[in-house]
Amino acid sequence: MQWAAILLPDLALDAVRRSGADPAAPIALIEGPPQRRTIHSCTRSAAHAGIRPGQSLAAARALLPVLIAMPDDPKRTEGLRDLLVAWAYGYSSDVAWLGDDALVLEVGGSLGLFGPWPDFERRLRADLTQLGVTHRIALAPLPRAACVFAGCRDGFGASSDVAMRQALRRVPLSLARLLDVSLLASMGLRTVGEVLDLPRAGLARRCSEVFVEALDRILGNIPDPLPRYRPPDRFEARIEFDAELRSMEGLQFPLKRLICDLCLFLCARDGGVEDIEIGFEHDERAPTAITLRSPAPERDAAQWFSMVRLRLERLQLPAPVSGVRLLADSLPPFVPVARNLFDVASTAALTWPQLVARLEARLGDGAVRTFYPAADHRPEAAYTTDASASARIITGPRPVWLLSKPIPLRDRAPRIVAGPERIESGWWDGREASRDYYVLETSVGQRAWAFRPAGAQDGPWLLHGWFA
Amino acid sequence: MSAVAISEVLRDPRVWQGPRHAQATVEPTGHVHLDADLPGGGLPIGALVEVLHEFDGTNELTLLLPLIARTSRTQRRIVFVNPPYIPYAPAFVAAGVDPSCLHTIKDCGDESLWAAEQCLRSSTCALVACWPRQANDRQLRRLQLAAEGGRAIGVLFRPARLSVATSPAAVRLRAGSKGIEVLKCRGGNARAHAIPLSSTARC
Repeated sequence: MQWAAILLPDLALDAVRRSGADPAAPIALIEGPPQRRTIHSCTRSAAHAGIRPGQSLAAARALLPVLIAMPDDPKRTEGLRDLLVAWAYGYSSDVAWLGDDALVLEVGGSLGLFGPWPDFERRLRADLTQLGVTHRIALAPLPRAACVFAGCRDGFGASSDVAMRQALRRVPLSLARLLDVSLLASMGLRTVGEVLDLPRAGLARRCSEVFVEALDRILGNIPDPLPRYRPPDRFEARIEFDAELRSMEGLQFPLKRLICDLCLFLCARDGGVEDIEIGFEHDERAPTAITLRSPAPERDAAQWFSMVRLRLERLQLPAPVSGVRLLADSLPPFVPVARNLFDVASTAALTWPQLVARLEARLGDGAVRTFYPAADHRPEAAYTTDASASARIITGPRPVWLLSKPIPLRDRAPRIVAGPERIESGWWDGREASRDYYVLETSVGQRAWAFRPAGAQDGPWLLHGWFA
Repeated sequence: MSAVAISEVLRDPRVWQGPRHAQATVEPTGHVHLDADLPGGGLPIGALVEVLHEFDGTNELTLLLPLIARTSRTQRRIVFVNPPYIPYAPAFVAAGVDPSCLHTIKDCGDESLWAAEQCLRSSTCALVACWPRQANDRQLRRLQLAAEGGRAIGVLFRPARLSVATSPAAVRLRAGSKGIEVLKCRGGNARAHAIPLSSTARC
């Protein structure tokens, strides 16, 4: 296994810079109560002016009057961390955080795809530069060792276990990340190698068990399970408007952006989505929520958007909209539809699930139905929409059209073509039928399927179907 | 090397022309006498067919049953849009229809033309039968274009009193208890007599 460690020393400042600040401007993040603001971190240009973390804001302002002071926002930093770990997941399936500012990813399995390590490393650096994130990268057979190397020398790589151990021995204690070295420096030790040469039992007694364990983890002497990153199983995004929107047309643009974001997210995790929920937020009123359903997992933005648009046409909103949010809870795997190479289908072609989704978006859920025969002699129970319950029994002639409810036949003197066929069934479920069915021809030539109560020789006909 | 005309090359049975083979231009209805009277021997693909009938239960669906059965057996989809009654699955199965390919959009009222257009345009349905509440010339032309785009057969069931009105449909048929009358067929002559359908298909 080969692990790359990406050290992100300036994450909080990078998050500020990404949000649109001038990268050359002297910026300092401040923390602490309003009476006593202190510097949390600062950009290089501010550091040149002598500003250091821990200084009071007043002292920093005295050194550099043009300093831009911003409160440190953990949420903003957290957002960048989420983005970076999702980005790293694109290069490897084994991604984990080591502490707050080091990302490790197993790259041994990805080298075949992304080229030898120097190319891979160049690619990672190009991406991070584009993302605007300060970084240091190193490679080692173990994640913690790679992290230590990244702290010492940017771009260092140790490909074998032996090289890694030798290099680790030379690491100065002052630069050894992941180790608490405050005690050791006062003992006159300079490098990790010198610490390793000490008797272990004595070392554990003088420092602590924890220190020895940390050392062992770096060297790989004891197992080191890392909590692997898993991409989130839901998608939620929200757009808040500056002014309330009254028109449906105005809602289409933010919705399109949300759906495009969702579909990009789905592509990255190679999934689709069957249900999305869209909530329209109103001031002083509970949000209006609509759910859109696709019969098969789908991740085509145009498809989803056309369904949303169809639904919007029917939708009546009770109040102006102040914001929209989109939520996708279950993200099943996506299976693309296989198409025939010689299909001459036009570009506007839809797959059947897409067509059903579109129809149901406008006509309501369950608008498209498929009827299967059911094993029952009563005509009204002899069909079902459940394909698994489909069964067939051999019967006499049956009409293609069935009336949902029998009605009196209006013809005065129909001619009997065939019959009677006695249908007597259903005593067990309370909807007992006991009828004599006939095929009739009406005076205008229609072929009807009608019945009389069982045994009745005359009386009104009840029409139940047409032989159309 | 001698020059060869393209028409000769195309006549060679070893030359396979993808698009032409993929698209038959007509679908036979399966009723021998009716097919004989229709140009090309069937209903044109990518066009609108009108079936006019005065009463329910007078051969209007029997006309299509063999076509529906054959289409469903090749796993192509048939959609009934806004039918007046429930398509009774046991009867369709008895006529040889695979019920999993026959779909019904019920009670869509004024939306029926929109639904029919979507189905025709989608290229996933081979046959779309629609019972519109009413349709004007412009809407029929839209359906005709959708059927062309999706290479589907669109069948409209309409009352018989409209037989005097003009229509952009490629084929107009009148269904009655005596049989089917061809009122209009693009590229052929209409015959003024009813063609009886085989009675076995009626049940």
